Amino acid sequence: MAISRAEVEHIARLARLGLSEEEMEALTEQLGRILAHMEVLRQVDTRDVPPTYHVLPLQNVLRTDTVQESLSQEAALRNAPQAEAGAFKVPKITEG
Amino acid sequence: MSREYEIVVGLEVHVELATKSKIFCGCSTAFGAEPNTQTCPVCLGMPGTLPVLNQQALEYAIRAGLALNCTINKYSKFDRKQYFYPDLPKGYQISQHDLPLCEHGYVEIDTPEGPRRIGIRRIHLEEDAGKNIHAGDNIASAQASYIDLNRCGVPLIEIVTEPDIRSPEEARAFLEKLRSILIYAGVSEAKLQEGQMRADVNVSVRPKGSTALGTRTELKNLGSFRSVVRAIEYEARRQWEALQRGEEIVQETRAFDEERGITLSLRSKEEAHDYRYFPEPDLPPIVLTDAEIERIRAQLPELPDARKRRYMEAYGLSAYDAGVIVRDKAVADFFEAAVAAYGKGAEGAKTVANWVINELARILNEKNAELAQTPLTPDHLVGMLKLVDAGTISGKIAKDVFAEMVETGKSAEEIVKEKGLVQLTDEAALAEIALQVIEANPKAVEDWKKGKATAAQFLVGQMMKATRGRANPQLANKVIRAKLAEVTGVTNE
Ligand SMILES: [Zn+2]
Repeated sequence: MAISRAEVEHIARLARLGLSEEEMEALTEQLGRILAHMEVLRQVDTRDVPPTYHVLPLQNVLRTDTVQESLSQEAALRNAPQAEAGAFKVPKITEG
Repeated sequence: MSREYEIVVGLEVHVELATKSKIFCGCSTAFGAEPNTQTCPVCLGMPGTLPVLNQQALEYAIRAGLALNCTINKYSKFDRKQYFYPDLPKGYQISQHDLPLCEHGYVEIDTPEGPRRIGIRRIHLEEDAGKNIHAGDNIASAQASYIDLNRCGVPLIEIVTEPDIRSPEEARAFLEKLRSILIYAGVSEAKLQEGQMRADVNVSVRPKGSTALGTRTELKNLGSFRSVVRAIEYEARRQWEALQRGEEIVQETRAFDEERGITLSLRSKEEAHDYRYFPEPDLPPIVLTDAEIERIRAQLPELPDARKRRYMEAYGLSAYDAGVIVRDKAVADFFEAAVAAYGKGAEGAKTVANWVINELARILNEKNAELAQTPLTPDHLVGMLKLVDAGTISGKIAKDVFAEMVETGKSAEEIVKEKGLVQLTDEAALAEIALQVIEANPKAVEDWKKGKATAAQFLVGQMMKATRGRANPQLANKVIRAKLAEVTGVTNE
């Protein structure tokens, strides 16, 4: 199964990836190969195999509800490209 | 097309759980802290960090599911819902997509046509996002937004209803009942003013009698029940008018403009809803046993409907009265504590219920306040009732005393002493007042002479007025009749 160039562009846009012409072409080809491999896997009869939702043999990893110390405001904002008045400053949000 | 239409509404309600710490990290969930002082590498979405589920959040979510008559799924998991928004630092929200924790529940609401069940399709656990804060006015016009991530990672349950709601009033009734149940269950404080309960509303319309679903629009993030009602009213009318003009309804997200009372298209691109869910690899699945689910079920506190039935059975309250009392858990707890302290069984319970339903509800309504915001305690009410029972104050004065207690938190005794409200039970003093009243009202005295017994009632009213309500009404009645007989030589029964 091949993937169309338009689909790759759409996915790149959703992921906010700015790709060059060459990258777009290479990725269309590579993603197509990955999907083609999925086609191979689909030929396996899985009628009696329960779905694998998670790959690790773990379940119910929980922590107790206790408050731990947070970062200081200064530390939290240290990596922010822009900060002001204790807040992360970002380009104006226009929607909702 | 028929002139009459039917509204079809489904709700998605987000409710913050009452845990002390966030859902996947140990940061505090306390409201009102300085911005960005309750964050850590996990909730800031730093690379290489690992979320770990808060056991209490899981238990609260299961409890909510049980309180809302849901099936608890024994296997559920988390997924990443991916979208870019500045209040979501990871670029995805950890939520539950295809295997939610709870499914197939319902809430029963009262409607003018009788009780109705609103189906709950699912309840899932997820994390809240941060908040867009508006710093001082001088910056408000600037080309920037300001983000506080204290709320990011606070545990939420999202409750998704079936499209079973048929009017704005039913939406309100559902939300009020839902809020009440969640508060009784102890899973959330559901404080609306702190944004702990927010609703997205899906609205469509169809000709009356049709069973097909029309194209729906979604109204996002409504923070008050009043907004929900107004937004549905407006949006349903807008859709119906558009259909009447032969236009098509576009499936889209719309915002409700509180000030203008209208909904506006957000013109979201379709891409915004392409969330590309995939299983969260950092969180193992949740696997529950029947025993664990039953343990949580056994610990469920009494819910409002059960409490309503108990009040009706134990105290003989009417369905209406019991319903009014249980609506707000704080009020119901107050009622019960007062009944216990008053200690007069079902009779006492009815007296307490009257004060709670009439005076307390009226005052809270006038002040637009909740019981917890007043200094009133059950002991206040019981102290006042005992003064009434002892004849120290009249029932009329008691209302003023009650209002004063709600206002100041002083005891009934203090107020009565301070304001000199003790009931006049001194017969000689009342006789003095009776004479003054008789002199001042010759017409009533003439009526009495003509055999009109009602003249005495009028004069008792005048005595109450003269004593600012302090006269003991029975005694005043006795004294005025005696004085009238003495003055006129006429007795009337
Ligand atoms: Zn944190």
